[in-house]
Amino acid sequence: MPHELETRVLLDHAEDPRLRTLDGYKDLVGGYATQERAYKEIEQDEVLKELEDSGLRGRGGAGFSMGKKASFLPRGEMAKYLCCNADESEPGAFKDRELMQRNPHQLIEGIAIAALAADAGHAFIFIRGEYDEQADILDAAVAEAYEAGYLGENILGTHRDLELVVHRGAGAYICGEETALLDALEGKRGNPRLKPPFPAVQGLYGGPTLINNVETLSNVPRIVAKGAQWFRGFGTDQSPGTKVVSVSGGVRRPGNYEVELGIPTRDLIYGLAGGPLPGREIKAFYPGGSSSPVLTAEEGMDLPYSFEAMAEAGSMLGSGSIIVADDTVSIPLMALRTARFYHHESCGKCAPCREGTNWTVKMLERVVRGEATPMDLDIISSVQDNIMGHCLCVLGDSMAMPVAAMVRKFRPEFEQVMAAAAGMVEPHLVVDAPPETLGASV
Amino acid sequence: MSPVDGPGVSSPNLPVDRAVTEGRVLSADPEQIPQLSEVDCPAELQARVEELMGRYPDRHSASIPALWAVQERYGWCTPEGIRQAAAVMRVTPAYLESVASFYDLLHTKPVGSHRIEVCTNISCWMRGGDELLEAFKAAADGDDDDEFFVTGFECLGACDIAPMASIDQRYYGPLEAAEAGVAIGQLRAGAEVLPDKALAKRGLAGDS
Repeated sequence: MPHELETRVLLDHAEDPRLRTLDGYKDLVGGYATQERAYKEIEQDEVLKELEDSGLRGRGGAGFSMGKKASFLPRGEMAKYLCCNADESEPGAFKDRELMQRNPHQLIEGIAIAALAADAGHAFIFIRGEYDEQADILDAAVAEAYEAGYLGENILGTHRDLELVVHRGAGAYICGEETALLDALEGKRGNPRLKPPFPAVQGLYGGPTLINNVETLSNVPRIVAKGAQWFRGFGTDQSPGTKVVSVSGGVRRPGNYEVELGIPTRDLIYGLAGGPLPGREIKAFYPGGSSSPVLTAEEGMDLPYSFEAMAEAGSMLGSGSIIVADDTVSIPLMALRTARFYHHESCGKCAPCREGTNWTVKMLERVVRGEATPMDLDIISSVQDNIMGHCLCVLGDSMAMPVAAMVRKFRPEFEQVMAAAAGMVEPHLVVDAPPETLGASV
Repeated sequence: MSPVDGPGVSSPNLPVDRAVTEGRVLSADPEQIPQLSEVDCPAELQARVEELMGRYPDRHSASIPALWAVQERYGWCTPEGIRQAAAVMRVTPAYLESVASFYDLLHTKPVGSHRIEVCTNISCWMRGGDELLEAFKAAADGDDDDEFFVTGFECLGACDIAPMASIDQRYYGPLEAAEAGVAIGQLRAGAEVLPDKALAKRGLAGDS
């Protein structure tokens, strides 16, 4: 039985392995009935209107209205495309993995209906290469859907066609950025593109392209089946619906929990995830994946978990992934771990990100080795300011936001670590120490 | 003569990067798309790459899947394998090489037949990911045939089972450091790896 704080909509019946098959999906949750009705009875504009009225916001990180995004696609005879972004690579996020593993047909049906709204004839699921197991599950589900006539040519006798290809990436966080995803899907290195033109106007192969996250598209069948008002019955006015939230780090029961948006963050971290490990206290947490500015426990624990409340607190809901840091975690080391990730994943196209992530890592290494001076903390902060908003995509910003927040909110801890490390090491030894010698604990 | 061929040909006032222009032999024959007859591509690989190209409106989209196919066949993206795929796809080997070198999961150097990626990102690091990586490295040490490729990896998207590892593209966790040795032993013996720790067998977090 699910916990009383959970509201399972997307994860309804997800504990049942039969849900993974087409027959199970039909029997357990009445699957594909909505697609059939949409293809046979509903006009493109009605689907679009329902999606817009529902207020469904993108679940991949940016939180943009899904219906509005779909309505930006021009009408006409040109080839249009739909891409499902399943490149979930944000540290702390693992909800799409769960949704694809347990309920692949919900996603396929959502793609089919969204393709109707966007009038797209070709759809792709871009799944990260590491999710091999989930890609196999999707491959099997797509084959079943083709076999049953929900994909392919002349779907359900309606003279509509939709080709769906599961495309495996090969390990690059940047491909989760929508324009880098398009480049990767076109068979290139995954570099982001200049926007505008936005993908809705000029995307894959130069055609209008709708790009949505797995969870966003998984919401589509029920919204069209039950209506926008039903969907608005969950969550808050500005953040309607339920959300699969990934909770990880220093908690007793890490995992995915589906809740109504707007529930107290405390309920997620303590009620569902079980709170901190025995004998520990929560110091801070990332509310929306590693790229969201960290909140201290005092700041964030009693905020409603919604897009608007997190934005008001100076952070973001992002992909809906909470990483909890308890009192044993060194914030400077966590900042270094975060910065190293973005340094590794920067594609190198824009100088502020390529150089900024590199220098942030170097400076943070100096901090934890005790080679830095207090002035270096100011330089770290100014580097972050100079990254933000200065690149083609937000990968650099994604490092700058949390690192800047950590330096600002935990400055005494940074200074303490610097002083302690400086007292412990001999200056001449430090210079040659390879970065690998930096242990996880200080 | 193009502007880069001589010092400041297009505008004598422009500085010329001599490191680029001097002593450089212009090739009349930059690397060409290899002919299928030159590369001796195995029939199955050719059929596979052709099938992949057929899935997309533009054949270039098949580059990552084609490189996966090369890696599956040869264990890594060998130069010969890349030339073979390039011949089938009618692109230059350099193009495929540039794609292969961008992505972490495509290997442009030889790697072991068993690939173990240990997550060392934030959530796993908090719960002992670094120690787990050390344990895997130690357990795979002394393997003469380079059977195991052990590497730290950025977030694998399985923070719920931290600390975790991806062993031959399947997820296992949460792992104790001691289980690294067990897993390596099972791989050597050809047995099922850590059956109790496979992600596929886990229930939903909220049901426990």
